[in-house]
Amino acid sequence: MSTQILIAGFGGQGVLFAGKFLAYKGLTEGKQVSWLPSYGPEMRGGTANCSIILSDDPIGSPIVSNPDVLFAMNLPSLDKYENDVKSGGTIIVDSTLIKRKVERDDVNVFYVPATQMAADISAPALANMIMVGKAIKETNAVSFEGLEEGIKKVVPPKKADMISLNLKAIETGYNM
Amino acid sequence: MANKVLMKGNEAIAEAAIKAGCMHYFGYPITPQTEIAAYMAKKMPKIGGVFLQAESEVAAINMVYGVSSTGKRVMTSSSSPGISLKSEGLSYMAGSDLPTLVVNVERGGPGLGGIQPSQSDYFQATKGGGHGDFHMIVLAPSSVQEMADLTIKGFDLADKYRMTSMILADGTMGQMMEPVEISDDVQITKYEKPWATTGTNCERKHNIVNSLSLVPEELEELNYKRYEKYAQIKENEQMAEEFMMDDAEICVVAFGIAARVSQNAVVEARKQGIKVGLIRPITLWPFPEKVLSKAADKVKAFISVELSMGQMVEDIKLATSCKKPVELCNRVGGMIPSPEQVLAKINEVKGGLK
Repeated sequence: MSTQILIAGFGGQGVLFAGKFLAYKGLTEGKQVSWLPSYGPEMRGGTANCSIILSDDPIGSPIVSNPDVLFAMNLPSLDKYENDVKSGGTIIVDSTLIKRKVERDDVNVFYVPATQMAADISAPALANMIMVGKAIKETNAVSFEGLEEGIKKVVPPKKADMISLNLKAIETGYNM
Repeated sequence: MANKVLMKGNEAIAEAAIKAGCMHYFGYPITPQTEIAAYMAKKMPKIGGVFLQAESEVAAINMVYGVSSTGKRVMTSSSSPGISLKSEGLSYMAGSDLPTLVVNVERGGPGLGGIQPSQSDYFQATKGGGHGDFHMIVLAPSSVQEMADLTIKGFDLADKYRMTSMILADGTMGQMMEPVEISDDVQITKYEKPWATTGTNCERKHNIVNSLSLVPEELEELNYKRYEKYAQIKENEQMAEEFMMDDAEICVVAFGIAARVSQNAVVEARKQGIKVGLIRPITLWPFPEKVLSKAADKVKAFISVELSMGQMVEDIKLATSCKKPVELCNRVGGMIPSPEQVLAKINEVKGGLK
């Protein structure tokens, strides 16, 4: 089995971090993984996206052009990638920031007011991880078990206090 | 699995270089390879090594020349326009028979071009890389693990043959993360370097490292000798990986990111019942002529998949003596062919087979 994930949003929303967490989580579960960022003259507030593949088999191309799962963290990302999602795939929308609905009817759509929910748990920078929690719940990309092990791989030791906050954000998204 | 960590291709190169005993790095930043310099800047001071951001690419490659002259392992890295700037130094190093590892994480060109992935420096890398008759050993990784493994191999080949090894990667390979494992205990073969300028202790004649040779007869002799070495390398160091080639009628040839994309297309085409395989050159110089020449007697057509206007396609024709048609499937300017594009080309070629 292979899951192709595309996370897209503004620079500064933790798009690359969320992708890195999912890749590490997959790695700790014994999966083959790849993570490919968009790169370029990008800055905070500009667009950013990253492609993650989690697979039981060796991964060929690391480029995701037709994702199974799309995280749309801002409107330009939904506009750009909505039609690329595989039929039967999943779109998770940050509905705090995106006011329109997904137009397709052949995909599973989840509207998550992630930016608001993150603010509500006093973790305004972690809307990305709320989206991750929802993705874990609604897809079988990675398991809900062993979250802490995955988080520890991506949070540097200096910021150890962020581990529990990240876990809380993921759980909040998972349990919504 | 336990020892595997996620690293960017660029970081894997830097870490592998250190594990291979490289304690000197000189460079100048350029996208999409700057993570190599950043990694070195962080790590080298902690282990007693040297990281230096030079004032230009030209300065960096000449610093490499200097360290290499003393027999130490040394490297530099850049991306396409920066490699052009280094090409004078690469030629001087070839003329002085100095070993080093140079990394080119290619971006779209010509000129300043763009910053997205490309393979359009193939000619520059494999046909010389500067003025004069010379070659570099050119290694083309297609995974983050190979970015590390071929870096270690590249240092070894450089010392073994006293010449430049180049890692020819592209922006995707440099930027992507995959699990990678780099042993703490890399086996390093020690090569004697009696030519190194390490001080005579008044016990031997001075060593002189120089590429100037004003007597034509002597310079001719040096060139012939160097090409005897190149012939040995062509004989002994060709590397390629074959995938589903056993009964293949169509052979896709691709390296680096193009090979990753092509592999998806080959797997898909096999599901459609098309007998197609993939040859992935790992050494671009020496080009894996043996495996291609053998394939030319078995398959009916070749497809070269490249992120260039068609450069490797010429080497395939040479290696196979044009026995079978060689088609090109490409994107340029920072674009990457999709598996669907490669699959369509496979179908097109299949349709034309007798």
